[in-house]
Amino acid sequence: MNAKASSGGFGPQTSGPGLRLSRREFVAGAGALVVSFALLPRLGTAQAAQESRAPALPGSLKDTPMLDAWIRVDADGTITVFTGKVEFGQGIKTALVQLAAEELVVGPARIRLVTADTSRTPNEGYTAGSNSMKDSGTAIMNAAAQVREMLVGMAATRFNLPADSLVIEDGRVRAADGRNVAYAELVAGQSLHVTAQPQSKLRDPKSRTVRGKALPRLDIPGKVTGAVAYVQDLRLPNMAHARVVRPPSYGARLRSLDRSAAEKMPGVLKVVRDGSFLAVVAEGEYQAIGAMRSLGRSAIWDETATLSPKTDLYAELQSLPHDDYQIRGDASASAKAWSVESSYRRPYQMHAAIGPSCAVALYDGGKLTVWTHSQGVYPLKGAITEMLRLPPDSVHCIHMEGSGCYGHNAADDAAADAALIAVAIPGRPVRVQWMREHEHLWEPFGSAMLTSAKATLDAQGTITDWQFDVWSGTHSSRPGQAGNLAAAWLLQSPFALPTPKPIPQPEGGGDRNAVPLYDIANTRVVHHFIPKMPLRVSALRSLGAYMNVFSIESFMDELSLAAKLDPVSFRLRHLKDTRAQDVIRLAAERFGWNGFQQREPGKRLGRGFAFARYKNLGAYAAVAMEVDVDRESGRIDVVRVVAAVDSGDVVNPDGIRNQIEGGIVQSLSWSLYESVAFDDTRITSRDWSSYPIMRFASVPQSIDVHIIDRPGTPFLGTGEAAQGPAAAALANALASAVGVRIRELPLTSKRVKAAIGV
Amino acid sequence: MITLNVNGKTHEVDADPATPLLYVLRNDLKLNGAKFGCGLGQCGACTVMVDGEAVYSCLTPILLLQGRSIKTLEGLGTAEQPGPLQQAFIDEQAAQCGYCIPGMIMRAQALLERNPSPSDEQIRAHMNAGLCRCGTHMRILRAVHRASKTMQGAIPGAKRA
Repeated sequence: MNAKASSGGFGPQTSGPGLRLSRREFVAGAGALVVSFALLPRLGTAQAAQESRAPALPGSLKDTPMLDAWIRVDADGTITVFTGKVEFGQGIKTALVQLAAEELVVGPARIRLVTADTSRTPNEGYTAGSNSMKDSGTAIMNAAAQVREMLVGMAATRFNLPADSLVIEDGRVRAADGRNVAYAELVAGQSLHVTAQPQSKLRDPKSRTVRGKALPRLDIPGKVTGAVAYVQDLRLPNMAHARVVRPPSYGARLRSLDRSAAEKMPGVLKVVRDGSFLAVVAEGEYQAIGAMRSLGRSAIWDETATLSPKTDLYAELQSLPHDDYQIRGDASASAKAWSVESSYRRPYQMHAAIGPSCAVALYDGGKLTVWTHSQGVYPLKGAITEMLRLPPDSVHCIHMEGSGCYGHNAADDAAADAALIAVAIPGRPVRVQWMREHEHLWEPFGSAMLTSAKATLDAQGTITDWQFDVWSGTHSSRPGQAGNLAAAWLLQSPFALPTPKPIPQPEGGGDRNAVPLYDIANTRVVHHFIPKMPLRVSALRSLGAYMNVFSIESFMDELSLAAKLDPVSFRLRHLKDTRAQDVIRLAAERFGWNGFQQREPGKRLGRGFAFARYKNLGAYAAVAMEVDVDRESGRIDVVRVVAAVDSGDVVNPDGIRNQIEGGIVQSLSWSLYESVAFDDTRITSRDWSSYPIMRFASVPQSIDVHIIDRPGTPFLGTGEAAQGPAAAALANALASAVGVRIRELPLTSKRVKAAIGV
Repeated sequence: MITLNVNGKTHEVDADPATPLLYVLRNDLKLNGAKFGCGLGQCGACTVMVDGEAVYSCLTPILLLQGRSIKTLEGLGTAEQPGPLQQAFIDEQAAQCGYCIPGMIMRAQALLERNPSPSDEQIRAHMNAGLCRCGTHMRILRAVHRASKTMQGAIPGAKRA
């Protein structure tokens, strides 16, 4: 690969199926390697690759194999890197720039990163599943290495020297005799429009200067000083402000409306109605809010009681129609007598972004542009095109950051609202900002779930049989289709919510992490997939893994208690995977697991431990936690948390720490407080007082994250690794503190008090 | 016309006097720092300072603010020359999505101007009114501690506020 890339990778090629596509004329303008149809040849090359049975390309290069779709070197020295993934606070932009800078051997400040845009970047689907490093990071790393080799090859030709005699310093290729040339000079008149190779000559991990370092996040200085950082901050010339009057409940229909008062209000430009979709556009934002309230007062809705709050939520889950998928083991793998049986419960929970969803759209000359904080601009483009019944390629979706989303929240719905309204008021950019109650009431929640775990132990305390069942609604109702957009249900010619399908194993949805990573002789796992849930549900950070890991890791503690073995050693004896063992040992050691004592006699201190490998193929994370339980109030105070994580090759250690710290706090919030409330018709968790989340007064005294770096190994992702282990460590610490196990989330003080029986 | 003093500058604002300050800051004055979070005074994303106190701009009509001194995130510094709290948030990498952070910084600024060396307990109590969903709390607390050290004794603007 080295020789090939250095000598001929960029020049005219003589064989191979990618040839036809690389024998194209680059856009000559200023000698830049700007390629006019970088994004077009996907189909051709994919077919070609298939025909030649070439080895698979790494990461997202599989789908977008042309190097200039990822990296552009302009004649003025600018280096632009393109990703189809988006930033939402996880720090992906910084990590991707680090990867490109390392392989291109330039300072990170030289790189400009363009994120998801349906007319500029590769289509990398959704930014989800902790896959961005694996997909986009791998693609950019390899593309950058191959581009570097091409540039070195060009310099070698120019100097008439062997490529391996040259060195690079910050984007300048140098020969030993003092001759040197900048990338920008090399690219003049050259084409990067070539197909990526399966193998790249990556830089030696030992010589890394940018990767593996805690490069400060590129977006933070702007965010802390008031730059335009979010779509909420986008202010286009002549922009109007819109608000949507959302129905009061699922399935509600607008029976009648008196729009006259709203239309007379100052600044009001237009009331937009299509069936039960109702919105108002005004010159000023507060004018739009006033008009929204006026319309809301005059609107009369027909509502249907579709919810059943009086029924036991979990009995209801088991009674709903479900499709059963046995994802591990066979029907015979059932024990005669179980040593321990338990079941666990998780209510509907919210993403609950601090900033409600927002979008800006402009319909002009038959073209619609939408600025959105969607996690998937390409799928959204398809859904909006279908909803508006527009010709193909008349919609352009551009990602801008929003508030942290933690999965499929109302981002796409706000974009759909903006699109509908913009089409009604052509030529003017329209900004739609959801109100707090809109987000709380209409975002798709994380599905309520029920699990059942059974196991047998032999005389030595080894698990011999294991059966696990999980009942869950879908964890993905993301757009792709118009019917996944909330506004589309309300139109005069409505679109129905498509019936979801389960996300297949090995990643899984409701059954994500339902298969234990532990080595157990006989294992049977069944996913009871409920296609139609009473409440709107979709992807919430870590999907089913949060609940399945909570269940499995609570159950492992129950089993260790039955086996009279220490919970940490009990886990270790059931794990052959040495990387799993390493994070468990590291977390236990740094926590001081073995020497743990009730430091203050009389206080109810407890320690808890939990472990998971996210999706059973992503990052390894172990969490140890100390809690202090107040017996009078039932309040749990998390004193300290120690985590160990192995995300593979570390690109930005502080990015990993930030994600794990945040994941732990968010999971503690879910697990201590959060449950969506509803009556027989309406969601009643409509703001922060009816849906409380964790505050400063309740966060732990300390959270320490220890990272195991594995240079040269694949990226495993990080963003969702902590959610499950943090929840189970909490439940295990509570059980250790008060001797009572609570199997229903959240572990509220009311439940703790009732369980202790004070 | 309502006259507002924002970050030391006087602005004549042509808006309904009932308009909450947040919308005037964001749309009339084109200042991005204060964010819309709830419009209910529950989350703190819109927090600014008025006469040295942390105030929810989403609930405060401009009618009440004539002749008072309003300070926003933009009044603390710039990306090139960040104020001490802004610098502390950068140094501690105290942001994930960052949406709540401007409100956190303004709330902390109000505390540090009143009490330059608060205890951890005092910081937690004071910051309790602000919500963060990414779970950046530990870093936010560290950033406030760090800023308190760098600002000790001499806070530019403290007397002015």
